[in-house]
Amino acid sequence: MTNADFQILLPEIVLAVFAMAALLFAVYTGKDKTAPMLTWITAAILAALAVWIGWNGEGTNAAFGGMFVDDAFSRFAKVVILIAAAAVLVMGEGYMAKRNLLRFEYPLLIALAAVGMMVMVSAGDLIALYMGLELQSLSLYVVAALRRDSVKSTEAGLKYFVLGALSSGLLLYGASLTYGFAGTTMFTGIVEAAAHDIPLGLLFGLVFILMGLAFKVSAVPFHMWTPDVYEGSPTPVTAFFATAPKMAAMGLFARVVHDAFGGVTADWGQIVALLSVASMFLGAVAAIGQRDIKRLMAYSSIAHMGFALMGLASGTEFGVQAMLIYMAIYVTMNVGTFAFILSMQRDGQAVTDIGALNQYSKTEPLKALAVLVLMFSLAGVPPMVGFFGKFYVLQAAVQADMAWLAVAGVIASVIGAFYYLRIVYFMYFGEETDPLDHAMAPAQWVFLMASAAIMVLGVVNLLGIEGPATAAAAALVN
Amino acid sequence: MEITILFAPLVGAIICGFGWKLIGEDAATWVSTGLLFLAMLLAWVVFLGFDGETRQIPIMRFVESGSLSTEWAIRLDRLTAIMLIVVTTVSALVHLYSQGYMANDSQFRTGESYRPRFFAYLSFFTFAMLALVTSDNLVQMFFGWEGVGVASYLLIGFYYRKPTANAAAIKAFVVNRIGDFGFALAIFGLFYLTDSISLDVVFEAAPVLAETQISFLWADWNAANLLAFLLFVGAMGKSAQLFLHTWLPDAMEGPTPVSALIHAATMVTAGVFLVCRMSPLFEFAADAKTIVVYIGAMTAFFAATVGLVQNDIKRVIAYSTCSQLGYMFVAAGVGVYSAAMFHLFTHAFFKAMLFLGAGSVIHAMHHEQDMRNYGALRKKIPLTFWAMMIGTLAITGVGIPLTTIGFAGFLSKDAIIESAWGAHTSAGDFAFWLLVIAAMFTSFYSWRLIFMTFFGERRGDKHTHEHAHESPWTMTVPLGVLAVGSVLAGMVWLSPFFGDHDRVNKFYGVPTHGEVRHAATTGGQGDTVMIGASDSHDDEGDNAAAGDHEGDPAVAGWTPGQGAVFTHPDNHVMDNAHQAPKWVKLSPFIAMAIGFVTAWVFYIGLPGIPGKLAAILRPLYLFLLNKWYFDELYDAIFVRPAKWLGRFLWKRGDGNIIDGFLNGVALGVVPFFTRAAGRLQSGYIFTYALAMVVGVVILVTWVTLAGGSH
Amino acid sequence: MGFADFTFYVFAVVVLTAGLFTVVSRNPVHSVLWLILAFLSAAGLFVLLGAEFVAMLLMIVYVGAVAVLFLFVVMMLDVDFAEMKAEMAKYLPLALLIGVVLLMELGLVFGNWTFADQAQGLRAAVTPAIAETHNTAALGQLLYDDYILLFQLAGLILLVAMIGAIVLTVRHRTDIKRQDILAQMYRDPAKAMEVKDVKPGQGL
Repeated sequence: MTNADFQILLPEIVLAVFAMAALLFAVYTGKDKTAPMLTWITAAILAALAVWIGWNGEGTNAAFGGMFVDDAFSRFAKVVILIAAAAVLVMGEGYMAKRNLLRFEYPLLIALAAVGMMVMVSAGDLIALYMGLELQSLSLYVVAALRRDSVKSTEAGLKYFVLGALSSGLLLYGASLTYGFAGTTMFTGIVEAAAHDIPLGLLFGLVFILMGLAFKVSAVPFHMWTPDVYEGSPTPVTAFFATAPKMAAMGLFARVVHDAFGGVTADWGQIVALLSVASMFLGAVAAIGQRDIKRLMAYSSIAHMGFALMGLASGTEFGVQAMLIYMAIYVTMNVGTFAFILSMQRDGQAVTDIGALNQYSKTEPLKALAVLVLMFSLAGVPPMVGFFGKFYVLQAAVQADMAWLAVAGVIASVIGAFYYLRIVYFMYFGEETDPLDHAMAPAQWVFLMASAAIMVLGVVNLLGIEGPATAAAAALVN
Repeated sequence: MEITILFAPLVGAIICGFGWKLIGEDAATWVSTGLLFLAMLLAWVVFLGFDGETRQIPIMRFVESGSLSTEWAIRLDRLTAIMLIVVTTVSALVHLYSQGYMANDSQFRTGESYRPRFFAYLSFFTFAMLALVTSDNLVQMFFGWEGVGVASYLLIGFYYRKPTANAAAIKAFVVNRIGDFGFALAIFGLFYLTDSISLDVVFEAAPVLAETQISFLWADWNAANLLAFLLFVGAMGKSAQLFLHTWLPDAMEGPTPVSALIHAATMVTAGVFLVCRMSPLFEFAADAKTIVVYIGAMTAFFAATVGLVQNDIKRVIAYSTCSQLGYMFVAAGVGVYSAAMFHLFTHAFFKAMLFLGAGSVIHAMHHEQDMRNYGALRKKIPLTFWAMMIGTLAITGVGIPLTTIGFAGFLSKDAIIESAWGAHTSAGDFAFWLLVIAAMFTSFYSWRLIFMTFFGERRGDKHTHEHAHESPWTMTVPLGVLAVGSVLAGMVWLSPFFGDHDRVNKFYGVPTHGEVRHAATTGGQGDTVMIGASDSHDDEGDNAAAGDHEGDPAVAGWTPGQGAVFTHPDNHVMDNAHQAPKWVKLSPFIAMAIGFVTAWVFYIGLPGIPGKLAAILRPLYLFLLNKWYFDELYDAIFVRPAKWLGRFLWKRGDGNIIDGFLNGVALGVVPFFTRAAGRLQSGYIFTYALAMVVGVVILVTWVTLAGGSH
Repeated sequence: MGFADFTFYVFAVVVLTAGLFTVVSRNPVHSVLWLILAFLSAAGLFVLLGAEFVAMLLMIVYVGAVAVLFLFVVMMLDVDFAEMKAEMAKYLPLALLIGVVLLMELGLVFGNWTFADQAQGLRAAVTPAIAETHNTAALGQLLYDDYILLFQLAGLILLVAMIGAIVLTVRHRTDIKRQDILAQMYRDPAKAMEVKDVKPGQGL
């Protein structure tokens, strides 16, 4: 424990101290009246930290004896997480305020969740991993249930909590098996102990840890909470769920499998591949039956996690790079899509039925076009950036001799294209219905248009994320 | 300059096709016409100033793939020069003619824009045709070959509201596919054996190919013969030779200028051009040449017989075209490529003119095409009458026997007939007699056309006759220009095309004997012959062959690929033809005279005879009227089984199996899983927890059983 | 088998039995009591390990506070656990099957258990020798020095839990009457009451 250790941890410390200070400040002053201001400040700090980390970080630095690792990989993930969290805060502010949900704790819980996520992607130790995970999860449980007067919201929080506890149990069980075998919780120690062949006991530990993590990325069959929680939570919270925590969980996933179990790629590769296939297909198939756009996005995110896991399943450096690029694109697309979903209302009431989008292009041609671009991108239609994300992970799978996985991915994406295109169909060719409100918060409009623009313009060089992603993958896999 | 010639029509097509909304219909059509005239002018400059030396003008890299490396280049030699003037001249005149002919078309509604489309197609066709004739390698030629096919399809089906036009367009396209398949196979074969598609390389390899065996389908074949035959299959399709001819008469559904340009003067002669272009290969493929002679002669005869009884003015000329193409193939088949090109050249003038004249008649008669409804139009449309007269005199071959004075067709057709006789083979003799008979028929049906149209009494709708009128200048001027060509083309260019040996060689840029001896002593030629020798050919054979050739200076010097056409040293057909006895030289004239007299008697002298004759020889008449029942035969053998198969595969294969499978997956399996997933999503925590636990057990069990990756 | 070993097995058996009964007993109050027994036995195990401080913590915090709180909650809520269990009984066969499979697999793991070569050394390396250091000092060393990061993160987690509890339960309702104890206490009879002398026959 030295000054240098805290230096490395500074962004997390800043964020945590800010959260606590703001908590005190709000409690002793205007309470919920300060919430809008706190939201904006939190978002600004998150964004500033993203810039700081992205700009300043250099090399690989381990703190606290390796429990906390700051490297290119963690920085990539952190930047995505922080930007996504900031974006979601900003675009959800109006929505929350309008529905009396803007408690001053909300931005602070998001900030604390962000701290947890930052710890997750930097974890170099099983306990640190667990601490980060719980810090994030607990914050998410609370914000999921934020709308106390709604049964659905409360139920969502409770379900998420109970199942999350179960998954934590699985994870801890796996961690204890691992510790039992290796005699240490440090990833560096585990990877030494599990260099080549691993005994059944450690294999079990690995499987249980992976299952705990699979819950966090909502991979099938640990996904069941996702649709209910997405639907029940207030929409800005759903938007948050769909973006930053997914990146964090994926980052953590990659950390564990490569840092702690990098020597036994083949062992976890097939488990991840199985999770990937199951997620892609279930996400694609189950979404078809959905008419609620939030539930639909829940299945969509399950399918997308399947694709991201495909990159990971390859077990190569390129696979990690593909996963990171995929996640960055995924988060961008979801920010845009949720910015639009947040704006969906009729007579001031939020609407989530996709039938409400009928003939949307007639009244709002520009927004409809942006949504079309996003839907095409989500479906992976070639000219859009979303295609390149899929292309990368498929390429990673093929390079790792997992052509069957790539083929399955292509089939799943064909099935999945149906429900994205159905939204487009409704917007352009649907029946006449009562139109949605024209009004849209400026922040939402900006995020929707920016996201759609990136999906089109990003084809040039993916806006340069390839370089950082390569560096990140190289830092993780060695 | 050559590049300008090639691309001017393309530019015209693009401006006219895509830019007409900007610059207006009239401007667009005139731009394309103007560009064509520019191309024509330049083409004549090139032709007249051409020295016979083969040149290559590179344009761009075309295809690079493996060992296949191709430039897009213009191969300028005498053949190309001839084709350039033929194509650009006829095309330019047809463009001009179309300004008048297409002005008000009853097939289209008022206010509809169809003219820019028409001119764009015409110009595009011209570009494709030029690409074909200027090609320096086979792929480039194939590009042009298919390009003209597409243009032909578009133009035949130009009246897209007419079901028959659409059917004819499809028929033309499909029948041509068969030929194109042969052509493509030939290209594949040449590439396979010579590892190149460049004409130069292929030509040089021709002697080697003649001694190579290639396995194809069920047997081994002589490579040169097989490849030459496959090329000829391609030529048969494009040039409507017997068995693949059925599309040409139907193609008359297109507008008449199209018939003149594509289906008389240019595209259909592409087959003849191909055979002449590939003459180095054909010279080493004796069997293939024999087949060419037989098919050509039979086509000439068959088409002429069918032409005797047709009543549609355009169909008569169409069969005439088919027949004349047969003549050209006979010439090429016996090895007198020069004569084939000569007839191609002159035929382009008079046949285009006949078509344009027919178009003028049709225009005058308000799109009435049945000759039985014509009659006595001589006075109504005198300019057209005289043009048609000249065309008829040219096609029937009127001239002063035993001299070189006569209409274009007289000289070129006689050259072919004499060449057929000069071959001194059974095929040549067979072709000679059939061609003479065909010449008689040609004379008969051509004069029949003239007599039925311009002489005798008015028949058909009185009102139409009263309103018959001469066409505008845009239509008559091209007729005049072509008339000049029809009269003079034969006399002016007889000696370069079919004069004495040295004259012809000089014209085509073939080295003369003197140069050859020089080359032989340096010993360089023997080696070049062997470039591109195939592996199957052992070296000893090469050396032996080279040794043989060097023994005879004439043989060694006649390297295939030097000059535009190649004639084997043993090929003396042209000399034989020049020394043909008088009766041979007189026979086509006599046949022509018989045909003329018969036609006069039948349609002017005693008009009752044709009807009686048709009644007496009814089976024969019906046989001819129905074009030897080729269409019916093909319908029964190919079309119906193919349709049945298609319907079977569509309904059963595609509909039931493929669609059924996909629909089953999309509407059955996927929704089933969707419903299943929906049911699992019960909303109860313990269901969710159970799913997780089951997942745990499955994964753990799997790992246990698989022992990880071990 | 010495005294220490004997005591260990006694405590161990009691812990397991108590844990089992915590889960299976029908009466929730009994469950909590069984739980307390389990805690006590666990504390005994800690004492055997030489970790007196943790043992005392277990006694005071878990038995003294947490378990008693549980007891109150259980008694106040009056949840019919029997009914919930009946619902779950439907899934009993499946659950049994899963449990048996999992148990067999875990048995397999147990049977084949191995340690990594350096595991023993690594395990010992992080803890100071019991003989040399006091429990509290050793704990302090670990928590506030080696594992300060984790300790502080745990603190943050608890903070979040607290915030969560407040956010989700506390609500200020304005449409009800509230008891203001201070106001009640500071009530001055002199201000609240006034004695009026009412003259007979006049009224106020």
